[in-house]
Amino acid sequence: MINLKSFMARQDVLALLILAALLFVVMPMSMDIFRLNLIGKYLTYAFVAIGLVLCWGKGGILSLGQGVFFGLGGYCMAMYLKLESSTPEATAIQSTPGIPDFMDWNQITELPWFWEPFNSLTFTLVAILVVPALFAFIIGAAMFKRRVGGVYFAIITQAIAAILTILIIGQQGYTGGVNGITDLRTLKGWDIRSDDAKYVLYFLNGALLLGVLVLCQFVLKSKLGRLLVALRDKEDRVRFSGYDVANFKIFVFCFAAVLSAIGGAMFTLQVGFMSPSFVGIVPSIEMVIFCAVGGRLSIFGAVYGTLLVNWAKTTFSETFPELWLFGLGALFIAVVLVFPNGLSGLYRSYLAPHVDRWIFRKPPEGGSSGADPLDTPAFEPEPAARPAE
Amino acid sequence: MFADYTWTELGSIFAMQGFAGLILFSVFVLMALGLAIIFGQMGVINMAHGEFMILGAYVTYLCSNFVEAFVPALFGVYFFFAMILAFFTAGALGALVEWSMIRHLYRRPLDTLLATWGLSLILQQAYRSIFGAREVGVTLPDWLLGSVPLTDIIEIPINGIFVMVLTLVIAVSVYFLMFRSRTGMQSRAVVQNRVMAGAVGINTEKVDRMTFALGCGIAGVAGSAFTMIGSTGPTAGQLYIVDTFLIVVFGGAASLLGTIASSFAISQAQSTMEFFLSGSMAKVLTLLTVVGILMLRPEGLFSAKIRR
Amino acid sequence: MNTVTNNTDFLLAIENLTVSFDGFKAVNDLNLYVDENEIHVIIGPNGAGKTTVLDLICGRTKATDGSIKFRNRELTEMREHEIVREGVGRKFQNPSIYEDLTVFENLELSFPRGRSVWGALSFQRDAEVTGRVREIAEMVFLDTLLDMQAALLSHGQKQWLEIGMLLIQDPELLMLDEPVAGMSVSERKQTAKLLNEITKGRSVMVVEHDMKFVEDIAHRVTVLHQGKILSEGSMAKVQSDPKVIDVYLGH
Ligand SMILES: Nc1ncnc2c1ncn2[C@@H]1O[C@H](COP(=O)(O)OP(=O)(O)OP(=O)(O)O)[C@@H](O)[C@H]1O
Ligand SMILES: [Mg+2]
Repeated sequence: MINLKSFMARQDVLALLILAALLFVVMPMSMDIFRLNLIGKYLTYAFVAIGLVLCWGKGGILSLGQGVFFGLGGYCMAMYLKLESSTPEATAIQSTPGIPDFMDWNQITELPWFWEPFNSLTFTLVAILVVPALFAFIIGAAMFKRRVGGVYFAIITQAIAAILTILIIGQQGYTGGVNGITDLRTLKGWDIRSDDAKYVLYFLNGALLLGVLVLCQFVLKSKLGRLLVALRDKEDRVRFSGYDVANFKIFVFCFAAVLSAIGGAMFTLQVGFMSPSFVGIVPSIEMVIFCAVGGRLSIFGAVYGTLLVNWAKTTFSETFPELWLFGLGALFIAVVLVFPNGLSGLYRSYLAPHVDRWIFRKPPEGGSSGADPLDTPAFEPEPAARPAE
Repeated sequence: MFADYTWTELGSIFAMQGFAGLILFSVFVLMALGLAIIFGQMGVINMAHGEFMILGAYVTYLCSNFVEAFVPALFGVYFFFAMILAFFTAGALGALVEWSMIRHLYRRPLDTLLATWGLSLILQQAYRSIFGAREVGVTLPDWLLGSVPLTDIIEIPINGIFVMVLTLVIAVSVYFLMFRSRTGMQSRAVVQNRVMAGAVGINTEKVDRMTFALGCGIAGVAGSAFTMIGSTGPTAGQLYIVDTFLIVVFGGAASLLGTIASSFAISQAQSTMEFFLSGSMAKVLTLLTVVGILMLRPEGLFSAKIRR
Repeated sequence: MNTVTNNTDFLLAIENLTVSFDGFKAVNDLNLYVDENEIHVIIGPNGAGKTTVLDLICGRTKATDGSIKFRNRELTEMREHEIVREGVGRKFQNPSIYEDLTVFENLELSFPRGRSVWGALSFQRDAEVTGRVREIAEMVFLDTLLDMQAALLSHGQKQWLEIGMLLIQDPELLMLDEPVAGMSVSERKQTAKLLNEITKGRSVMVVEHDMKFVEDIAHRVTVLHQGKILSEGSMAKVQSDPKVIDVYLGH
């Protein structure tokens, strides 16, 4: 049995409790179900952002294609739900009853083979985890074994996001095209559009998120977490310490992919549809900014970053649609130039010392008080000054 | 899939698609040249490259309107002024961006990527606010309209030929500028060894700024040329950015010749396939092939052997 | 000099090793042998191919031709981490440590256990690990700085830390590329002492320019020039070799 204390320091437990209270008490009590559902939707992006903390913040591997995995998870879920709501009775008016409506519109007369297994919920749930993991494994193995990294990896994952979007939009008959898979109604007969269902799904989503946070905390506090940081800094040194570097990168990339897919599946359930607009280049890179605003090195920061940016997006684009893109653009620039450690960086430098003092009655330590060395900035270090010869 | 066509028909199809491919090739080369300098030579990921191009297009659009309204006598040749103006406008904006953002980020390439993405959003919204969301087109002078018949089925549009000639001229000038002139040599020296270049008396900051501005300026010219064959909208730049990056990476980031070769391969593959498949499938297949090849051969087509 | 020998006598046997970069032969038909418990120093002018030889042994550069046998096992076919696991440790020319981690964590990551993904996930910081880390830290003069972030160490301390990271792997062959470059005189003395201490029970290959330091530690010296061996033997022999004086020591 792994001892919980060994990877959850008091600060982490506190952070988890605060987040739990916020998600399970404060939010549900202060918002109507419409707003709460919106928060639930934002939180599904947080899964992606948390994955990016591990992959990019800690490991230095920037994927600009996380939307692909979000989409794969979401589409798997959507395919199941769509099939459930496309019973021959419900689709009797179609020329081929019993297949999803968009297939019928596109003159498809038979359910394609890859849709067949999605009649089973068990298969679907397994697929949500396995399909993205497999896909990430293929990409990761191909690239990391050949030591492709850094910007090349970013560009290629971005291209993959573009390709998948074009493919989904182009193959309307099989994918629902640009509209995506819409009009999802029930899960095993349970109406997911009702208010009750939305409450249940919100809490399920929140619980999953907390579970994922604990899991990630475990990974980060294990030696693997420190290895990721080491890899980001001196890949060769890790390699020449006897580690097969590519395997670690593949692992963290697949792990982040699976997290994104869980987020995608929860998105489909809560929002009731899935479309290519959550797969492509733009959503993928926006997910990176959620992570960056949270502080790229902190998994809790990623959750708050996601909430903050999405809340801002909703508020601004409702009131000043013109200004929102300016704001988002400025955010990208600011988070890189002005506060590269994001919210969690601000918290650590201004609030953490006080919190530590008040709550844990710990005298402030000299210098780097409470700062976890793993959470130091992700900059490539300045070149070591050559000593005078 | 070829069965339905006769040989002569197939021949003309390939010729026509080949020509369409050549225009696409020119556009790719123009866009990729600027990026090959900024990314290939400086290692900076400029996600706003497409927006610099669109800036050139809007400058040309403004010029065309201005000349048409105030000095119609010069309308036949406004295009050349417009191109020069586009070069300097985009270049100036490039220098400004380098000074305010990029120079702080030379050691953090992934962060440049995010920052320039932010810049691209801002520029897009600015274009939308200023010029509106609708696409705009320029009026071409008469001599650029029409086409030259080659055989009775194959016709070649004049503006297409003009763009190709333009591409050739620009590519050759860039080659001479980067590889034969003192400026180019300095810029490559800075890229290869910043400290050393600084030590031998090159003003590295100035060279960085000039190189970046040059890359952006070329994007501006590309945008200007772009107006001759298509209309311009605020988000038109983003449509091409992925292709352009793939081209540069596929060609082998540091090689100008590679950039041109890969532009050629990609544009021809795409336009030929487009005739037989739907446009989107042609694009998917092309990009997939490129990504597949890059996974097997990450250094691209033409690569320089360098010490790790 | 060395005719074809029965390899078993040597810990490391490099034979006919050649590597060419686009036709330029950085290492040219090299034969080199390292005994058990030997401190073997490689010297030579800049660009002689010293670093390249180390790169070849540890798999960072792939040989064009020739063989490298370590305990009679061919290294040229192995991947880098496999070579490390065979018992070859390598220190880079520039100190290469994990700046964002503490000294303790730097050493811990180099501890040879849990090197697979699952191993790393289930790795426990038990008494064996902590004990070993402290022991090594003491050897490399860093026992009081275990909790310091490695980026804050001085240049010399970083070099020591990297040596410590190798020692904790307990390699049979330790390769050090310019271990005292940029060190102060007293740091050099300490490092020489350290090297003499850590060679007990293992072989060490050192690349160094500092002749005083080489004299202090070397059992045997090989002089490389343009990828070939110019001279080999004891320090005294090499120093009096006219060829060596001409191309290297002379100026
Ligand atoms: N990957 C490579 N590609 C091309 N040339 C290389 C490569 N690696 C090394 N060289 C060349 O091989 C030669 C030997 O280099 P090496 O670094 O081994 O010299 P060295 O003896 O370690 O020199 P120094 O004392 O300066 O460290 C140099 O001329 C170098 O430029
Ligand atoms: Mg060397």
